[in-house]
Amino acid sequence: MEGKNSFVREVADKKYEYGFTTDIQTDIIEKGLSEDVIRLISLKKEEPDWLLNFRLEAFRYWQTLEQPTWGHLQLPEIDYQAISYYADPTARKGNGKQEIDPELMKTFDKLGIPLEERMALSGTAVDAVMDSVSVKTTFREKLQEKGIIFCSISEAVREHPDLVREYLGSVVPYKDNFFAALNSAVFSDGSFVYIPKGVRCPMELSTYFRINARGTGQFERTLIVCDDDAYVSYLEGCTAPMRDENQLHAAIVEIVVKENAEVKYSTVQNWYPGDAEGKGGVLNLVTKRGHLRGANSRLSWTQVETGSAITWKYPSCILSGDGSQAEFYSVAVTNHFQQADTGTKMIHLGKNTRSTIISKGISAGRSQNSYRGLVRVASTADGARNYSSCDSLLLGSSCGAHTFPYMDVHNETAVVEHEATTSKISEDQLFYCNQRGISTEDAVGLIVNGYAKDVLNKLPMEFAVEAQKLLGVSLEGSVG
Amino acid sequence: MSSEKQYIDLYCENRELIDAHSAPAMNALREDALAAFQTLGFPSRKMERYKYTDVATAFAPDYGVNLKRFGFPVNPYDAFRCGVPNLSTSLYFMVNDQFADKASTRPHLPDRVVIDSLCKVAKEQPELVNKYYGTLARARKDSINALNTMLAQDGLLIYVPKGVVVERTIQVVNILRAEMDLMVNRRVLIVLEEGAQAKILFCDHSMDGHEFLTTQVSEVYVGENAHLELYELEETHTRNKRFANMYVDEKRNASATIDSITLNNGLTRNRTDVSLSGEYAEVNMYGCVVADGEQHVDNNTLIDHQAANCQSTELYKYVLDDKAVGAFAGRVLVREGAQKTVSQETNANLCATKTARMFSQPMLEIYADDVKCSHGSTVGQINDAALFYMRQRGIPEEEARLLLKFAFVGEVLDSIKLDALRDRLHFLVEQRFRGELGKCSGCGPNACSTR
Repeated sequence: MEGKNSFVREVADKKYEYGFTTDIQTDIIEKGLSEDVIRLISLKKEEPDWLLNFRLEAFRYWQTLEQPTWGHLQLPEIDYQAISYYADPTARKGNGKQEIDPELMKTFDKLGIPLEERMALSGTAVDAVMDSVSVKTTFREKLQEKGIIFCSISEAVREHPDLVREYLGSVVPYKDNFFAALNSAVFSDGSFVYIPKGVRCPMELSTYFRINARGTGQFERTLIVCDDDAYVSYLEGCTAPMRDENQLHAAIVEIVVKENAEVKYSTVQNWYPGDAEGKGGVLNLVTKRGHLRGANSRLSWTQVETGSAITWKYPSCILSGDGSQAEFYSVAVTNHFQQADTGTKMIHLGKNTRSTIISKGISAGRSQNSYRGLVRVASTADGARNYSSCDSLLLGSSCGAHTFPYMDVHNETAVVEHEATTSKISEDQLFYCNQRGISTEDAVGLIVNGYAKDVLNKLPMEFAVEAQKLLGVSLEGSVG
Repeated sequence: MSSEKQYIDLYCENRELIDAHSAPAMNALREDALAAFQTLGFPSRKMERYKYTDVATAFAPDYGVNLKRFGFPVNPYDAFRCGVPNLSTSLYFMVNDQFADKASTRPHLPDRVVIDSLCKVAKEQPELVNKYYGTLARARKDSINALNTMLAQDGLLIYVPKGVVVERTIQVVNILRAEMDLMVNRRVLIVLEEGAQAKILFCDHSMDGHEFLTTQVSEVYVGENAHLELYELEETHTRNKRFANMYVDEKRNASATIDSITLNNGLTRNRTDVSLSGEYAEVNMYGCVVADGEQHVDNNTLIDHQAANCQSTELYKYVLDDKAVGAFAGRVLVREGAQKTVSQETNANLCATKTARMFSQPMLEIYADDVKCSHGSTVGQINDAALFYMRQRGIPEEEARLLLKFAFVGEVLDSIKLDALRDRLHFLVEQRFRGELGKCSGCGPNACSTR
């Protein structure tokens, strides 16, 4: 077992590659949260009154709420007055906003996100967000030719106010939960995507989120609207510097999918997870939800969760269009003292709706990894079908793996299935590999990757490569 | 606090009376239970373990409580004649929460085995009760425990001393009988010492159409190498509300089979917590629920693997018709160090109508790495292909449906190790599916049901 232990140690000791900070002049507002702060954020973003009112209503509602405690998490006390809610790294004195600071360009280059269009892989358009502000969105013009809108949400508010007003908060209302209310009050840049009727988006759209400034949080908001018969694949990545403080990330992602449309949403979440002692790390408390409004619409969530000290995240689907289909694929890896409570909700309202949930948890070190999911079939959802499979793999005797599925079925024609297993890597499999001359480390790597393959296969190619690297395990011999 | 208040007042005003008609061992815990109940109150549906049953509403009406321990004039044999054919049992009766001393036949039991009124034994042989009473079902854990500990005056004790094997099945018939709407607080203590073995069958019946509210708290100690088979069959009526908490502790090499079958009821909430505290302990839990009308059945289980090398299996099946509500929440907890745990949990459910609702929540919480744990859960309906196949062969649709439903729950019934009881249950379940309620041939006309 020596070999296996050393592998586990290697996974556990793996360094966080993106932990550097960028030394750049950033306009950070005073710490604290009040109506004045919200007015200030709104003013900086030159927002219309309706949006300010939306923020203020959300803030007033948030003040009446208490931080939820139901997750299987040891959430530290968060002092909401000790966080600065707006940090703008693009606001350089004397320089117009058109010019991007070369330091910023360098940062994104270092992260592998080239902002020069000629350098980028031709298949992907990127919206790069640092702290509270979108630095640059590439390929905008090219996309515009097809009528696709891809920009930061602040720009969308200015340029397409009707669209934003129609859909903002329609999937995740500010009353949804504590962190949704907080986000609605203070949200800053995220992406806005609109795919018009019948358009198949010719490239992958992606947003890269980066927290840089100290003492801040990131509260991005993303809104994706996919009109009838349209298609888009959207990717999201994120990193943060290594700090010994906990940084708060409370985002909202809303997706509207109309008739016959399809959205694929993939995330590789690699926020700073804290050090080996469990100090620091990002608190990732996000609300993601898609509303499948039209008949035969499709939405697929794929997530690879490797970072964050604490993850509290349930990308969900409301299947109201008849015949709509939703999928959720997740690999969650926790290490050291990381805690993850993640899963999904599938709410079946329309007839003949289908959903699939595949969740793979891997826990190592002293981490806690939970799957929490809800499948609800309403009485209107005749012929609804769900299949869920949640597996957990334990790499170490001090970690925990938990499964909390909820099934509420109110329709006799529905078929809902759930299965889950929890185990360590089987001795038989290891022995088999050893017998064929594969060292234990390699064998564990092989098995872990094979285990997560169902989900990794669902990722777009470049992302899949990154995700596999992130799993920290060599893939030799297992990629065919 | 309105629902709670009437119970707190009831206790505070009648402390002496309650104490006077009970035993010191039971009285000793009352004040503590009161304090716990005052802090806990009734659980709201926001509490994870009470998500599916509204406790406060169930306890809100004003029920009578038989504090003075009046004996109800009842001849259990009038009401209950069924027994289980071909199963020879040592038969005991409980009327509400009182041990029906005169009715029981005092069957011959092995030496030193005690089956008697808990209150009576607590007075006469306090050493048997003191050591165990209230140690598993702590009042501070749960408000039903607190309420029951505060108000319960009597119940049942089954004590099997070290190494004794009780061959004959012990059958305890709980009869609900009253002249008015009644609240019953029953306490059960089962102790199997090292190497002891027993098979126990509880049958719950109600004799008349009054409303009943029953709280039952059971503490079950299974010593080293002891083996217990416990069957609980509920055949009451739609106006009965049952809140039953059972706590089981198993020591090294112990094994227990716990079968809970609900065929007729109003509102039932069974909480079963099993701790496997010694290595190589094993527990098998089975549940079968057949519900229609507005029946509500909520089974909430916890299997706590505290020691290494233990095994648990759990299989619960529900068939829901009309507006019935079924809930199953099963949590398997594997603690740090409980290596080599093997656990399997299955919950399968059939919903026959649009208005029937099923909530299923199988949970795994695991803190040890060398384990094999799995759970599965399904909600669905009768397989069309199977139905078609049967109709093709000339079986009428109704009959075919019945056969398939019957086969569905058959898996649970087949787990019953007592042949005669298993046959009997197959019969009862079939009858239940045919809608022939209250016609149970063995029982008196009023015994099973007044639906």
